[in-house]
Amino acid sequence: MTTEQEKPEIADESGDKYKYGFVTDIASDTAPKGLSEDIIRLISQKKGEPDWLLERRLEAFRFWQKLKEPTWAKLSYDKIDYQDLYYYSAPKQKVAPKSLDEVDPELLKTYEKLGIPLKEQEVLSGVVAVDAVFDSVSVATTYRAKLAEKGVIFCPISEAIKEYPELVKKYLGSVVPYTDNFFACLNSAVFTDGSFVYIPKGVRCPMELSTYFRINAQNTGQFERTLIIADEGSYVSYLEGCTAPQRDENQLHAAIVEIVVLKDAEVKYSTVQNWYPGDKDGKGGVYNFVTKRAACRGANSKVSWTQVETGSAITWKYPSCILQGDNSVGEFYSVAITNNRQQADTGTKMIHLGCNTSSKIISKGISAGRSNQTYRGLVKVSPNADNARNYSQCDSLLIGPDCGSHTIPYVENRNKTAKLEHEATTSKISEEQLFYCQQRGIGEEEAVSLIVNGFCKEVMQHLPLEFAIEAAKLINISLEGSVG
Amino acid sequence: MKTPLLEIEDLCARVADKEIIKGFNLTINEGEVHAIMGPNGAGKSTLSHVLCGKPGYEITSGTVRYKGKNLLAMAPEERAREGIFLIMQYPVEIPGVPVTTFLKHAVNAIRQHRHEPELDTMEFIKLLREEGKKLGINPDMLKRPINVGFSGGEKKRLEALQLAILKPQFSILDEADSGLDVDAMKVVAEAINAERTEHNAMLVITHYQRLLKDIVPDYVHIYADGHIVASGNKDLALEVEEQGYAQFLKEK
Ligand SMILES: Nc1ncnc2c1ncn2[C@@H]1O[C@H](COP(=O)(O)OP(=O)(O)OP(=O)(O)O)[C@@H](O)[C@H]1O
Ligand SMILES: [Mg+2]
Repeated sequence: MTTEQEKPEIADESGDKYKYGFVTDIASDTAPKGLSEDIIRLISQKKGEPDWLLERRLEAFRFWQKLKEPTWAKLSYDKIDYQDLYYYSAPKQKVAPKSLDEVDPELLKTYEKLGIPLKEQEVLSGVVAVDAVFDSVSVATTYRAKLAEKGVIFCPISEAIKEYPELVKKYLGSVVPYTDNFFACLNSAVFTDGSFVYIPKGVRCPMELSTYFRINAQNTGQFERTLIIADEGSYVSYLEGCTAPQRDENQLHAAIVEIVVLKDAEVKYSTVQNWYPGDKDGKGGVYNFVTKRAACRGANSKVSWTQVETGSAITWKYPSCILQGDNSVGEFYSVAITNNRQQADTGTKMIHLGCNTSSKIISKGISAGRSNQTYRGLVKVSPNADNARNYSQCDSLLIGPDCGSHTIPYVENRNKTAKLEHEATTSKISEEQLFYCQQRGIGEEEAVSLIVNGFCKEVMQHLPLEFAIEAAKLINISLEGSVG
Repeated sequence: MKTPLLEIEDLCARVADKEIIKGFNLTINEGEVHAIMGPNGAGKSTLSHVLCGKPGYEITSGTVRYKGKNLLAMAPEERAREGIFLIMQYPVEIPGVPVTTFLKHAVNAIRQHRHEPELDTMEFIKLLREEGKKLGINPDMLKRPINVGFSGGEKKRLEALQLAILKPQFSILDEADSGLDVDAMKVVAEAINAERTEHNAMLVITHYQRLLKDIVPDYVHIYADGHIVASGNKDLALEVEEQGYAQFLKEK
């Protein structure tokens, strides 16, 4: 018997399944464990932040200490010891790199394994700008010149805090205030980095903006903060994709994404989330408690969330739309897949405040193994929101007899002119369908993936093409071993 | 010399504790077309399902050899890859999966099994359109989710299209004619006849002699109460059409 802790290995059985389960060997610059005003001061100091931001962080922290972790979600997990986590970790790098040549080759190798097109020629030939976030600090930002030409700002939020303090000061926390919820409050106190996007008036962003997040240092809670501002008449499509290396401990992740959409502007936000879900028995895996919200502030503004959630041991996530401007539109397209012991409580909130606002919710939940999934949605129509419309469709697909699926749609309607429709279905992959595929030579696993991809199609077609391909692959990976 | 392709011996099978197939015997040689006729509920579809490995059936005794191998030990997809194809009486709907996508997966699974390279997408779509045209299936239909909302006749045309694309060695047609209008019957029969070769064989299940005018069988069997009660040539089908099954049932 040895008392030494086992090192995570790439080649073990579960590692095979999770091909992104490797650990990059980069010396981390890590603050001591635990959370206190001193740690927050340290984070703020390390990042060379202005006083106003430190003050906001401390304010949030003091408020957070009075809050209780929410328990209403249909999730069960061991209590998180917030004093047993690291709140700051940055890859060691003295000076920010000017080009990829200056980026740590270890880091580049990691990106390569993840399939991130960071190589300059790929970026130049492609249409994607990658602001790669490694742990908590952005270390490589590419292809900004072309964006700068149009006046688009796409940079790490830590940089935006220094370079564009007015914008950040005005909008940060304006959609998700620190008082919003336990996890958002925690993030407001300790967030380390994330992305900042500003699309100026009338500009159609010339390319899809893409950020890959990656949790790396052991035991590091991840607290990204993303702020996207679409000024009047602008358009942007933003992609967020995540992978994490395999860990034995659970990793906490509590991000905030805030989107501000002004008059006539449109934001399309797409996510493919495949953080480590834990092994077959539910050991390890990421805890993902994220607050994502968009405010359609101006008339005729539009936001659409598209998400494919395959990862994490625990997902607590409700990308929401506040439809404030008249005629504003909110959309939510979601595919959530859980397998083995994964748990997901996810959905959306559509808050109708303006007149003629409309929203659409298409949620597809797939549960396999012993996993559990809940769709939780809220459609709220305020007294002044005349002629609000909502269409909600929540479909669940069950694979095998041991999984669970729940649909909890809340409706709060305070305006008689509202038109709200809700449809929900629960189905199983039928033996007939499987046999039909097999009779045509298609193997059982491939058949399941075909059927599941068909089930998700309405959502997948809202993803940008390259993302859709990756997402379809992920769906197959996450359902491996769920039949037979 | 005749080469047996499928040899069924004393096959007995049950579903939901009910004996359906009771001592079924039949040998089908390469190049032969056998027709099976029989009253509703006789177990014709059950036989086709058992031959294709559909789950839910319990084989209580008997053997089935296909190309000399124990067919009953093979997984359904293996049987398909080895060249067994079933036009189903009730083709199944798969929402969200376009015909093209579905068939591409099927073709490539079978090609892989034969150690042939995957078909290139453009090539495949061209092939699919050409074959589809012969069967009166327009390109728009190929983009739709497979069988979803298809009319009875459209479903059967699509089954015939799959047969034409997948090129099986042994085809079972379970009421390939049901739901087809007279013209469609002609094109479907043509497509099926095109697959008749000296190596391929077919088992044609039908209620009507009509189809057997176009797909002329070498043998006709009357199947009742779980086994074959009479066998003959194509004229037997005419007899059934004129006189019904009563005479065969009485004999027993
Ligand atoms: N899952 C099942 N449970 C109970 N009985 C079944 C089941 N499946 C089939 N049967 C019965 O088995 C018998 C044979 O059915 P089968 O579909 O093989 O008949 P068939 O000869 O194809 O009839 P038809 O000409 O109407 O197509 C029928 O009596 C049917 O009700
Ligand atoms: Mg039948």
